[in-house]
Amino acid sequence: MAKKQRLAMRTIILLILAAALVYALYANLTKANQDKVEKNSEAPNFVLTDIDGTKHKLSDYKGQGVVLNFWGTWCKPCEKEMPYMNSQYKEFKDKGVQILAVNVGESNYSVEQFVDKYALDFPVLIDRKSEVQNAYKVDPLPVTFLINKEGKVIDQMTGSLTEAEIRSFMNRIKP
Amino acid sequence: MKEVKCECGHINPVGTALCEACGRVVGEEAESSKLLDMRYEASPRRSQNYNRTSVDKIWSFFSSVKVGIWLIVLTLIASALGTIFPQEMYIPPNMPAVDYYEDEYGTLGKLYYQLGFHNLYSSWWYLLLIASIGISLVICSLDRVIPLYKALKNQRTAPREGFLKRQRLFGITETSGQIDLESIKKNLKNKRYSIKEENGSILAEKNRFSRWGPYVNHIGLIIFLFGGLLRFVPGMYVDEVVWVREEETIEVPGTSGQFYVKNEKFIRQLYDQEKDDQVYNEALKKNPAVIKNFQTDAVLYEKKGNTLPGEQPELKQVESHSIQVNKPMKYKDFAFYQTDYKLDEMHKMKFKLIDKKTEESFGKLTVDLYDPKKKYELGSGYSVELLNYFPDFEFGENSEPITKSRIPNNPAFVFNMKTPDKPKGETSFVAIQQTIEPQENNKYKLAFDGIETQNVSGLTIRKDMTLWYLAIGGTIFMIGVIQGAYWNHRRIWVQKKNGQVWIAAHTNKNWFGIKREISSILSGTTLNEPADQLDDKS
Repeated sequence: MAKKQRLAMRTIILLILAAALVYALYANLTKANQDKVEKNSEAPNFVLTDIDGTKHKLSDYKGQGVVLNFWGTWCKPCEKEMPYMNSQYKEFKDKGVQILAVNVGESNYSVEQFVDKYALDFPVLIDRKSEVQNAYKVDPLPVTFLINKEGKVIDQMTGSLTEAEIRSFMNRIKP
Repeated sequence: MKEVKCECGHINPVGTALCEACGRVVGEEAESSKLLDMRYEASPRRSQNYNRTSVDKIWSFFSSVKVGIWLIVLTLIASALGTIFPQEMYIPPNMPAVDYYEDEYGTLGKLYYQLGFHNLYSSWWYLLLIASIGISLVICSLDRVIPLYKALKNQRTAPREGFLKRQRLFGITETSGQIDLESIKKNLKNKRYSIKEENGSILAEKNRFSRWGPYVNHIGLIIFLFGGLLRFVPGMYVDEVVWVREEETIEVPGTSGQFYVKNEKFIRQLYDQEKDDQVYNEALKKNPAVIKNFQTDAVLYEKKGNTLPGEQPELKQVESHSIQVNKPMKYKDFAFYQTDYKLDEMHKMKFKLIDKKTEESFGKLTVDLYDPKKKYELGSGYSVELLNYFPDFEFGENSEPITKSRIPNNPAFVFNMKTPDKPKGETSFVAIQQTIEPQENNKYKLAFDGIETQNVSGLTIRKDMTLWYLAIGGTIFMIGVIQGAYWNHRRIWVQKKNGQVWIAAHTNKNWFGIKREISSILSGTTLNEPADQLDDKS
């Protein structure tokens, strides 16, 4: 009887310790991911004004796929992918895929110069107070989020994208 | 393994040296030895008994002190390895870790990186080592403290001869007449012993609580480790850095957008030879630039309502404070520390449009480097167009002007100056201390006319809800150390047997102390002091 009790006690204690250990490992390994927006989680909503003065609220785009791109004018890889996004945008905008390009808070002047240079057609927003960058844990640039028609982040990609990658991304979130 | 059967018929678990029922010395090893192993009161450690199921095997693995010490040694070695080269978080952020270690430290650095030592303290195996130490602490303690507690609680007031004989301090005095134990009892009481008696046998004992010291210490350590574990729990620990320009209000990272901080002013003060105390004069002569104060006059706001990121938030001031080094602004569980600064970041640049020959001025313009305009009207037909702007200018690969970042560290502009006599305008590239004119025969020039700067303050935001666990754990740890270190658990047995008086004594440490104590207790009696049986090894 005593032996059985002892075995039960030992099992319980070991289980509690093992649970603490597993939690510690899990928490530590996901800590790196805490610096990222979780996959399949609700995309943080935001309101930003584009360079033409129009307000864009992310939740208004429910029912469409949204490619959310964070960029800066000085960032070479951002610059490289912009023309690709523009050409894919023309093809996909009537198929229910929107591109929102969020500049990380530069001057209107610099952003407008850039938009004119590449004749960008999609809305370019400026996140002046870095609040949207904080919400999406953006660092470094460029970062592209894929948001499906339910408003969930299904993937994110850091670094410059090729035209083929952008195309396949847009197909993934096409409603 | 076999259980140990005693003469009295009781069956004791493996490893028993004293029968649990009658207190006889049992087991071959104990019977043949001269002294009893009293470390755990000659009772068996639980883990040695049953080793059948896998649970028991894991249990006995962690209950081994040898294993525990190896775990500590391995953790020490691993921790030391992590300090050979800097951890990844301390290397310059502008270089990928994979290149940095090889470039900086050669082959060893490459190996260091490949083995994952650049993130050693958060690696799974390092965590596993720390956690194993915790598990080992819990199991080692339980495995020892329970049998020890039971043995001490059930100890016999009048142990058997075999037990007394096998104590390290043991002696027999032959007596002819009546022996009065009363004076001994009185002496023992004066030495703060508590006394139990049974048929003329005396057990005097003191400071038993000292035996719990190591276990109290372990409880403290476990609370400490638990506090460390809590850092991973969301909301328990925040450690972030935010850069705020003067006059800027910015969201505080790590607070989910709940708080905003404004930098009203950043001050860097140096010691002044004239104004400050004479005492400093000598030192200031050697080195005139000594920092006296870093200070940010900060205002903390809390966000009201549920505005979305990017929307104008409704802010309510909750705190304002002059943050100095080691004098943080505190609000609720958050503390804002002064940790860094950047002086005189360029903010606005002023120019005047002049005729190169006559230096006559035709108007002034101020360019906000964070928000430049496309066109600056100077009046009476003079204007300046901004054709291009490079906040952090350098020449790119094809020697075209580019900007390295968005921060105006080295602003450069391409201006087009329109004047009544040059209605198409003259183009000029203007950077700090250089002007390039594509046509090289411009009549007009934008002359540099001053600069406005602002300071930037770097604040660290800290929240640490685990500190209490660390403080309480640390205090219990120290109580345990003191409890075990400053007191000794001492017992003295005195028994009358057929005209003899047997005296045996045991202490868990400081045998010299107990010998002196016994000699003072027995002084004035005819009894012999017990001998140290370790001394008469021949």
